[in-house]
Amino acid sequence: MAIAAFQPFMLIAILPEILLLVLATLIFALDALGGAGRRQSLGGVASLGLALILLATLGFGRPDAEQSLIFGGMLRHDWIAFTFKILLLFSAAVTCMLSMGVREVSARGEYYGLLVIATLGMTLMASSADLIMLYLAIETTSIPLYVLAGFMKGDDKSTESGMKYFLFGALTSAVMLYGFSLLYGFTGETNLYRLADALQASEMSPWLLSGVLALILVGFSFKVAAVPFHFWTPDVYEGAPTPITAFLSTASKAAGFAVLARVMLAVFPGIAGSWTAVLAGVSVATMTVGNLLALAQKNIKRLLAYSSIAHAGYVLIGLVALSQFGAASMVFYLLAYVVTNLLAFAVVILFARSAGSEEIADYAGLSRRAPGLALALLVAMLSLAGMPPLAGFVAKVYVFAAAVQSGLVWLAFVGVLNAIVGLYYYLTVLKVVYLYRSEHEDKPVPVPRSYAIALITCVVAVLLIGTLSGPWLQWAITTATSLF
Amino acid sequence: MEFLLTHLLSLILFTPVAGAVVVMMLPREQARLVRWVTLWVSLIPLALSLLLWTHFQAEAPGFQFEEKAVWYEAVHSSYHLGVDGISVTMVLLTTLLTPLAILISWSIRQNLRAYMALFLLLETGMLGVFLALDLLLFFVFWEIGLVPMYFLINQWGSEHGEREIGGGQKVPARNYASFKFLIYTMAGSLGLLLAIQMIGSATGTFDLEEITLRWSTLSESLTLLGLPITLPIGTVKAIAFWAFVVAFAIKVPVWPFHTWLPDAHTEAPTAGSMILAGVLLKLGAYGFLRLVLPLYPAEARSFAGVLALLATLAIILGAFASWGQDDFKRLVAYSSVNHMGFVVLGIAAAAYARGTLAAADAVIAVNGAVLQMFNHGLSAAGMFLLVGVLYDRTHTRNLKDYGGLFPLAPIYGGILLFTAMASLGLPGLNGFISEFMVVRGTWPIFTVFTAVSMIGLLITGASILKGLKMVLHGPLNPKWAGHSLEINGREVVAMTPLMILCLAIGVWPAWIVSVINSTVLRLIP
Amino acid sequence: MDFPLLTVIVFTPIVSGLLILLIPGERKTEIRIAALAAATFALLLSLGAYIIYDRSLGGYQFVQIFTWIPQLGISYHVGVDGMSLPLVLLTGIVIFTGVLISWGIDDRPREFFAFLFVLASGVFGVFVSLDLFQLFFFYEIAVFPMYLLIAIWGWQVTREYAAMKLTLYLFIGSLVALVGGLAMYYTSGLGTFDLLALQEAGFSTAFQRLWFPFVFFGFAVLGGIFPFHNWSPDGHVAAPTAVSMFHAGVLMKLGAFAALRVGFMLLPEGARFWSPLILGLATVNVVYGAFIAMVQTDFKYVIGFSSVSHMGLVMLGFATLNREGLTGAGLQMFSHGVMTALFFAVVGVVYDRAHTRDIPKLGGFSKVMPLVAVAFIVGGLASMGMPGFSGFIAEFPIFMGLWKAQPVVALIAALGIVITAAYIMRVVGRVFFGKMPAEMEGHISRETALDRIALGVLAGILILVGVVPSVMAPLVASGADAVVRLLGGA
Repeated sequence: MAIAAFQPFMLIAILPEILLLVLATLIFALDALGGAGRRQSLGGVASLGLALILLATLGFGRPDAEQSLIFGGMLRHDWIAFTFKILLLFSAAVTCMLSMGVREVSARGEYYGLLVIATLGMTLMASSADLIMLYLAIETTSIPLYVLAGFMKGDDKSTESGMKYFLFGALTSAVMLYGFSLLYGFTGETNLYRLADALQASEMSPWLLSGVLALILVGFSFKVAAVPFHFWTPDVYEGAPTPITAFLSTASKAAGFAVLARVMLAVFPGIAGSWTAVLAGVSVATMTVGNLLALAQKNIKRLLAYSSIAHAGYVLIGLVALSQFGAASMVFYLLAYVVTNLLAFAVVILFARSAGSEEIADYAGLSRRAPGLALALLVAMLSLAGMPPLAGFVAKVYVFAAAVQSGLVWLAFVGVLNAIVGLYYYLTVLKVVYLYRSEHEDKPVPVPRSYAIALITCVVAVLLIGTLSGPWLQWAITTATSLF
Repeated sequence: MEFLLTHLLSLILFTPVAGAVVVMMLPREQARLVRWVTLWVSLIPLALSLLLWTHFQAEAPGFQFEEKAVWYEAVHSSYHLGVDGISVTMVLLTTLLTPLAILISWSIRQNLRAYMALFLLLETGMLGVFLALDLLLFFVFWEIGLVPMYFLINQWGSEHGEREIGGGQKVPARNYASFKFLIYTMAGSLGLLLAIQMIGSATGTFDLEEITLRWSTLSESLTLLGLPITLPIGTVKAIAFWAFVVAFAIKVPVWPFHTWLPDAHTEAPTAGSMILAGVLLKLGAYGFLRLVLPLYPAEARSFAGVLALLATLAIILGAFASWGQDDFKRLVAYSSVNHMGFVVLGIAAAAYARGTLAAADAVIAVNGAVLQMFNHGLSAAGMFLLVGVLYDRTHTRNLKDYGGLFPLAPIYGGILLFTAMASLGLPGLNGFISEFMVVRGTWPIFTVFTAVSMIGLLITGASILKGLKMVLHGPLNPKWAGHSLEINGREVVAMTPLMILCLAIGVWPAWIVSVINSTVLRLIP
Repeated sequence: MDFPLLTVIVFTPIVSGLLILLIPGERKTEIRIAALAAATFALLLSLGAYIIYDRSLGGYQFVQIFTWIPQLGISYHVGVDGMSLPLVLLTGIVIFTGVLISWGIDDRPREFFAFLFVLASGVFGVFVSLDLFQLFFFYEIAVFPMYLLIAIWGWQVTREYAAMKLTLYLFIGSLVALVGGLAMYYTSGLGTFDLLALQEAGFSTAFQRLWFPFVFFGFAVLGGIFPFHNWSPDGHVAAPTAVSMFHAGVLMKLGAFAALRVGFMLLPEGARFWSPLILGLATVNVVYGAFIAMVQTDFKYVIGFSSVSHMGLVMLGFATLNREGLTGAGLQMFSHGVMTALFFAVVGVVYDRAHTRDIPKLGGFSKVMPLVAVAFIVGGLASMGMPGFSGFIAEFPIFMGLWKAQPVVALIAALGIVITAAYIMRVVGRVFFGKMPAEMEGHISRETALDRIALGVLAGILILVGVVPSVMAPLVASGADAVVRLLGGA
């Protein structure tokens, strides 16, 4: 892979990042200069800005046929980068929209600024082609996220969550960095795409290589919240402001997967046998632990936390399949999952705003209080469970198909069993919403306009991806070509 | 007219059902309207069957007025009707008794429409059995006849009386009787169904004429899918034979399958008993003649002795049981067992003597048997009608409650005497002719049995006379002094056709025997 | 015929359901009328399809095919043949009568009818699917509304438990079958999910023998095959009347039908290999189901177990692998569907008035609602296999087929028929005849006109098919022929 010298088209390639930086600066400036009144509209500015960046990327950010390394090999302008950028920007935009009604964070300029910077870091993560760039990007993402998790200073849980996230994250980051340094040490290369050959040439013993791989996986597993590095998830998700939870569970996880896929497939194809076996085990453990522990949850955010752990397991199946279709299914799953999870959290935020509770039991009678909202939650829960005609169903089918195609029928069956367990707790939530009664049924749940937009967009997306999944699958397959 | 003649059987078969639908739509309160509409509707099949009778050519071979249409192609069953000498007689009997039964049901008050509709439905069921020339169709109508009778007994049967069932629980007698009737007959039908299925599987069709053609040449085994068990055709035939025999034996009833009969007859409403004894029992005998004899000559032959024995037992034990009854209706019911015994005896003789030198005697025996079917239909219906008349007025069936009623109801007494004599077999009346023919026919074939069954004849006579004595003669039971127990005009009108026929057949049987005979001759080579 | 008849049939319910959701919740009469209009439309369309179908031509008709997900060879492919057309008609009948029976639902009828229609669309979709992925897609759509319908509007005592059990059982069954489907897709090498193409795929015997149980049992769970039938009686009883009608009447047929379409028709060698086991299990269904029905004291549980028993007959018919058995099974699916819808409708009418389903506490209902009693008796006679009704027309060929395949099974299954007669007569006698308990005297109202229409339609169909079998039998036989051809002729 030739590393081209700086060419103007490379600027277009990092258009999203440039625009994000501009947006972040704008937000901080507005925050510093504007008065209190201004601050209210920061959310609007942020979400609008992100939406515009999204459109711009869609318009100009598409990679060419020749997916090349740019900026001296630091980044790769390919479909993976493109697709995940779209996904991340969408997630960020929706998160901003959702943040606009949350009192504790809505008028804080730092909040939106940090969010944008985290997004910037994630887009860089998605397109990183170099170990150093990768580490930088990961840290650029993580540090704002640590702050954002603990943003609500007055809330003990939030502070605790921020702290936990920081400690855990820093630890795993360090381990991962150690792994990176070993890689460099043994090969003298930092570019992901030259590492594979370099590793081959260095004749590193497979054991050693596996050890390095393990170290790197620690960091990545933390990012995607795979077992056994998932422990931070429930507490952090529960404590953080809910829009941030949404952001973490969707964008951050997606970015983590982008990195995982790229690194595994680019750097370690030689020992694919062993890392697929390991990841298969991780996948099974993740799905199972996530689903089983979700059964006992009484807090909706914790439930969604464990649910997202489980979903990471399903996504891993796609990677373990080690085929182009497997990678495509992985991307598709993330697409479906991101949209669905944002929808779920949107409902949670709206409900918490008016009812002030995140306990599942308090959702009783929601279907009478706010039928539309209940319906949105229905769509979200069923999509997470994997029911047609929603996105989650098709996503699961593709992932299982990839497994079957690669001969991993047993893994598909494990996935099936886990889907059953998952269905149980998703249905339980719906049961509470639709069946149980409460005294608060006459109090409506107000839905501000930004939320309505977010909700409708996500519901339509979930339905569209679920029914007419052809074009989306095509996009995912195209994305996968840049991995294989 | 042309249409009428080509579709005569279908018309006879379906007019009752159409009538039932019409009756159900009549206004509920108008009891008179319901009764008269039903009566007139039931006269239509009678008129049609008279037409049938006049156009029936006794000398012509095979089945007449045949109709064939597609019905259930997927299992090779068709809608195939036809009559021969035996069935045309039975059709006449059925269409005659039904209007009379309806005429006698004037006192029914509760759910009149349903009652009348069920009777009409029942008529279709019975007619269908006699007219069907397709085994599946036969079975369908056989079963269709079951359900209305069950409900008639269950809902409109005698209101008093209780029976104890297992567990010490007491149920109304009519529920017990109807349930027993249903279970017994259904058990038989199940065997019938399985046998029919086996025949259908083996020959590939349910059409009776085709089966008769192919049956004797059938030699390949019934093979089974993928399993090493094959049933040789002999086994298939044997199983089907026994299944048929059991099913029909229950219906006739042949001793010892008769235990449902006394209860059913006794607890049924009057009209129900008339039809039950008059027609339903004949279905079983008809089944023997139509299906068992032609399809299984060999098996029937070896079984004939047992059948004759059972028939004789029915004759004797039925007579003795009748003698011992205090319940008037039960007395008549057991006498039915006795009379049907003669029918079965005649059939047994035919089974035994087919194709042998004694065939001529067998012909006489079967002629007698079929005539006995007709005659018993008349006399049993008449007897039950009369018992019902008395019950309507006295609300008791216990013979001891009667006594010396002749002066109070002279016309009734006269009619009762007449009918009882016909039932008893007094020469000059129809019963004598048929019983004589049976005895004459079976004497050379089953001498011992015939001789023994003479005892039965004697005892029957005695029991009927006893019944008569206890009802009509002797000192007047003070309970009824001053009451009007006389039979009324309507009931006399109902009895008249029966009495006329009893006399006519008794004096000049040729008109009916000739029709039967020509068919029987072909049945018994 | 360019009019996309089947597509309209499939999507009318769900579109109507979404439109109904837009009606304000308080306007209950408008909601009910809209629902009835939609259901009537669906019924008329399915009836139209039934009549227009060219019987002499046979095969798949009203076929339409659109590419859906070309990357995986998935298409939107619809068509009906002799086996599926009666079931489409059945669905139309049941949704129509179900809406009539549900007129009295007062708690959020809007959501009720919306979910019911989603269910109906799913069911229609499965019956007309000629693409394997599409079949799964619609199959699952038919599963999840059941949860909500039962949990929210069902019988308070067991509804949550029964709804969850039912949904989990059915979901796992369908996913297991899905994996089998995926295996078929990848092994065939054809790169398409099209059922017609997969029928000619020529899977190896070993493959078929391995995967048939997954596919068959995965779907047959919904058909109620022993020992996976456990969800069914509780589900039946807990569900509100119209949902029970749908559940037993149509949904269970969905499972059996899918087992036929995907299991028997795509993996015939596997079917042949496993048929003895299926015969055995289905026989247990028939006899055990009947025995258990005998001892129930809850009216609805009797009917629930009776469904398990009758579905056993359907699967017996399948397992005979011959023309008669398959024809009978197809007829039985239709006949039992109508019959059980009738039963549950009657149970609903009785329960709505008596507020108990405990048989010892009921009695004498024929005096207050004679038409309901007659309808129930008609259904009962049909269920016993009494000639003159569709049950006989259906059960007769099944037994003919069993004689050819495995006579011992025929004898044992016949036992089931006898027990059926016994429990039906028992229930009829106890509930409708006899004496009405004193506390109910005067409190039991007559059935409504809508109830009467629904029951009349159902009973009439049972009699029609029973008396004139040529209305349906040749059609089903042509469908059965297609299956037999795939099985290699038997």
